[in-house]
Amino acid sequence: MFKYSLHAAVMAMAMLFTQAAMAQNAVPMPEQSAAMAASAPRDPALRPVFDQFGGKPGLVTLMDDFMVNLMADARTRPYFADTDREHIKLELVDQFCVILDGPCTYTGKDMERVHRNLGINRAAFNALVEDLQKAMDKNKVPFRAQNKLLAKLAPMHPVVITK
Amino acid sequence: MQRHRNGRTAWLIGLVLSGCLISSMAMAGDAAGSDSAPAFSNKLLLTGGVSQVEGSAGGGLTPWAVIGGYGTSDEIGANAFITHINLPDYHVNEAGAMVGLYNRVEVSFAQQRFDTEQVGAALGLGRGFTFKQNIIGVKVRLAGDAVLDQDSWMPQISIGVQHKKNNQAAVLAFVGAKSDQGTDYYVSATKLFLSQSLLVNATVRFTKANQIGILGFGGDKNNSYKPEFEGSVAYLLSRNWAVGAEYRQKPNNLGIAKEDDWYDAFVAWAPTKHVSLTLAYADLGNIVIKDHQRGLYASVQVGF
Ligand code: HEM
Repeated sequence: MFKYSLHAAVMAMAMLFTQAAMAQNAVPMPEQSAAMAASAPRDPALRPVFDQFGGKPGLVTLMDDFMVNLMADARTRPYFADTDREHIKLELVDQFCVILDGPCTYTGKDMERVHRNLGINRAAFNALVEDLQKAMDKNKVPFRAQNKLLAKLAPMHPVVITK
Repeated sequence: MQRHRNGRTAWLIGLVLSGCLISSMAMAGDAAGSDSAPAFSNKLLLTGGVSQVEGSAGGGLTPWAVIGGYGTSDEIGANAFITHINLPDYHVNEAGAMVGLYNRVEVSFAQQRFDTEQVGAALGLGRGFTFKQNIIGVKVRLAGDAVLDQDSWMPQISIGVQHKKNNQAAVLAFVGAKSDQGTDYYVSATKLFLSQSLLVNATVRFTKANQIGILGFGGDKNNSYKPEFEGSVAYLLSRNWAVGAEYRQKPNNLGIAKEDDWYDAFVAWAPTKHVSLTLAYADLGNIVIKDHQRGLYASVQVGF
């Protein structure tokens, strides 16, 4: 009895994932990869997630906490120590706001050009993601909403990680 | 018998407590050390899996394509684990360790001790007769990145071998097994669907092992490699918690006893990167003369 119900659960979850993954692929691919180097594209499906982040004011507070974390983390601090951090925060707000279909425009630099000479490796990339996760936790962004944003940021790894 | 059970309960409680203790120590360490740059363990939490029953990084029952340890491509990561499986008529104690090299190669070692308890006496082997099996595993990541490639279907793909040596050659020959050692070959594909907070793994294993090798390799009914399917799904509840289910298909090589596929439902908790605790309810089906071997699977992993 237990065996069959478990089997059914596995099947149901597999089906769920197939559907979910198909939904994920609904965005046309060529357009997406063309825009990728500049930044991530707007995704209208993420509007509810924008609200879960507390809209633009939520993103502003989030970036304040994020930057505090980045500067407190020995793995990321060296990258940001000599930069215009206030400016980076503003650009990040706009960038995340656009990704989450908020009423913003990203006017910052191309992701490939910004990160090209920074010598970022996978460890630094993961450290930055962790610092972002901590900031999102602090701002009570639901875990699933966090992952929806991260799923849009992760594909930028080929232009950010150069080492 | 009663005393035996109490002993096992104590063992389990000890396992859980030691997990908590280690994790609180690790958390204290993290709090104090968050300013110092760790030289390794930079992967994201829970995306490295735990130690599966043969010592490779994976779910509880099946290997995943991930490379164990939290090391990235510039780093080395290592884990050690202990696992206890408590079944109605048997129990298993297990320990092992693995090293992940540059997110490319994983080398693992595990020792399983399968205690037959009263069944050993019933079969004339003696009460508590124990099969011991040593397993050396190597896994190589071929392509893909389970975590970062969120804009494509491409999973992370790895191939691996698990070489197993059982210490009870005479008994194995008696039950009809053709060998006391064997090698499993597998290919695994793992994908994290981050938007859905869902991690999915599929593995195909080519094996001759009877009850994963506890009853030897090959048998009177069949002595050739057969592909067997294994799958896991894990739903991430938070950075620290995941729940999921697993399935492992198994061959049926021995005439004396049928062998069932395995299932489990698990919850995994990783308070930090240095420790994880996995609890599962496992259905291991028929094992030799005993049906319905369902029970608790508990595993603690510590990482460096
Ligand atoms: C997907 C991940 C990432 C995204 C989406 C991202 C996004 C951004 C954005 C929007 C800017 C501002 C661009 C501008 O000034 O116009 C920026 C700048 C910067 N990023 Fe990233 N970044 C990512 C990963 C990283 C990582 C992993 C590091 C290092 C650990 C890093 C280090 C920097 C630095 C140092 C700057 C300032 C560069 C300068 O002002 O010259 N970034 N990033």
